[in-house]
Amino acid sequence: MANGKQATSAGEIGAWDIFTYRFSKWLRSPTPYRMFVGFALFFGAWFLLSEVFRVWRFASLPGPRQVLTEWLNPNPVYGMSLYTPEYYTHVWMSLRRVLIAFVIATGLGVPYGLFLGWSRNFREFTFPVFETLRPIPVLAWVPLAIVMFRGDETPVIFLTTLASFYATALNTMLGVQSIDEAYPRAAACLGASKWQIFRHIIIPGALPFIFTGLQISVGVAWFSLVAAEMVSGEYGLGYLINTSYVNVQYPVIIIGMISVGVVGYVSSALVRFAGDYLMQWRVRELALGGGR
Amino acid sequence: MNAPSSMRSAPAGQHASKGAIRIQNVDKMYYAREGAVQAVSDCSLDIRAGEICMIVGPSGCGKTTLLNAIAGFHDITGGTISLDGELLCGPEKPKAEPGPDRVVVFQNGALFPWKTNLENVAFGPVMQGKMTWAQAREKARGMMADAGLVGVEHNYPGEVSSGMRRRVEIVRALMNDPKVLLLDEPFRALDSLTKSVMHEALLEIYYKNKVTIFFITHDLEEAIFLGHRVAIMTTRPCKPKKILEVDIPHPRNYSVLTSPRFRELMEETVNAVHEEAVKAFEAGEKEM
Repeated sequence: MANGKQATSAGEIGAWDIFTYRFSKWLRSPTPYRMFVGFALFFGAWFLLSEVFRVWRFASLPGPRQVLTEWLNPNPVYGMSLYTPEYYTHVWMSLRRVLIAFVIATGLGVPYGLFLGWSRNFREFTFPVFETLRPIPVLAWVPLAIVMFRGDETPVIFLTTLASFYATALNTMLGVQSIDEAYPRAAACLGASKWQIFRHIIIPGALPFIFTGLQISVGVAWFSLVAAEMVSGEYGLGYLINTSYVNVQYPVIIIGMISVGVVGYVSSALVRFAGDYLMQWRVRELALGGGR
Repeated sequence: MNAPSSMRSAPAGQHASKGAIRIQNVDKMYYAREGAVQAVSDCSLDIRAGEICMIVGPSGCGKTTLLNAIAGFHDITGGTISLDGELLCGPEKPKAEPGPDRVVVFQNGALFPWKTNLENVAFGPVMQGKMTWAQAREKARGMMADAGLVGVEHNYPGEVSSGMRRRVEIVRALMNDPKVLLLDEPFRALDSLTKSVMHEALLEIYYKNKVTIFFITHDLEEAIFLGHRVAIMTTRPCKPKKILEVDIPHPRNYSVLTSPRFRELMEETVNAVHEEAVKAFEAGEKEM
């Protein structure tokens, strides 16, 4: 039965098929080559400004060649490169903090946002407080964090969690509010209880916004982590950047900065993949489907 | 079966014994920015068990308000609505409880995009605790096959055509063995060719299932082609202005459209509806 067979093969399109399909399509598109040109222009301009022409102000900036030779040097001048174990300690410590903070922020932010969107009473009780706390910058929390929490780790994790929590909770709430009224009504017609509607309609319906929130959340986690590490803590890329500044090791500052950029990019790509995996229906609508 | 007119109604009434909706003196008032709005006023309508009752009226006349009251999405401010003699809503209890005996098919479609077509159809009985997912999927597969929906079970709604989605949604409603199907302009967004296919598909489903159908539409041709009766509503406040018996025997197919009787009924309806449409236009009614 041709019809039936078609149905099963459509049912078996998995995440991996979609990934390979997208990747091969991506390679055939101009996108990766444009990206390459973009990076080349950026590094080229940096190189010309700082190392070739030594334009005003850029003269004191380490050039890409200088940074790269230091980064790849088995015997680094300033003691920090891909060959030194301390480099990995810094990367790992930062990564660990972001991971812990991201898990806490998601674990608290998603349920909080769901209830904000779901219950009007709950929103009216808590949202004004939330909105007042939200604009307070992470750096303003630094003294309190140090006073409130013991040790070096917890204050940094607390500070990193804050902004991520706000981003996740707010987007999750918007996600619930974005759900078409017809869906919960249809579910009620079909006999679903309040909690079943929450589980089968509200949560999946809010997922697209939740994942937008989570992507912003990893971004701001790195942002606030580096800020937090610059003021307290031991180890970590923010700490590395700050101490390199104090010790006048300018190339290491840039090594730290680029490391944050790369690890941050990878972590937000991972969140995107997780989102695609959980939201097959969107991926299939966008990538393969559409009015057949 | 109280009114004598129901005795000479089309064959539908003979088969079904459930799904009679009695709307008595219903009022619905709500408060908008411009003040109190009387959406429905003193509206009485008896819908017979197992009939297709088409509700026609100008945009924003309050038809959907009536449907929402029956479905239990909104309260009413006066009157009563009962289903098979059981009170749904009235003065003591202004808002009915939504439930699987009255399933709505929405204007823009409300299949859950994150569930496959099969999971959508299986949804109702599982939520009601009547079946496990496995049992419900089994039954859903059978019902979809009966409605000619083979090969799309594992697709998401977003992957199939809009006509197909409407059929899946109607089957999803029928999975619950409802007394009444409440359709709110379900084919509005479809092109006219798809629409004609959907009309015959709906009738085919209806002949097999014999549920009462409360069907809101703007489309007079659709109303007369499908309905046993067509209730033409006045512009806000909404109440029946004229109830037309469509004496063309069921089962019908598209050849009915060219019959002289169909033309006559069209003419009769057009005049009544046009009058209301002009009133609505002059009042500057907005689409609700």
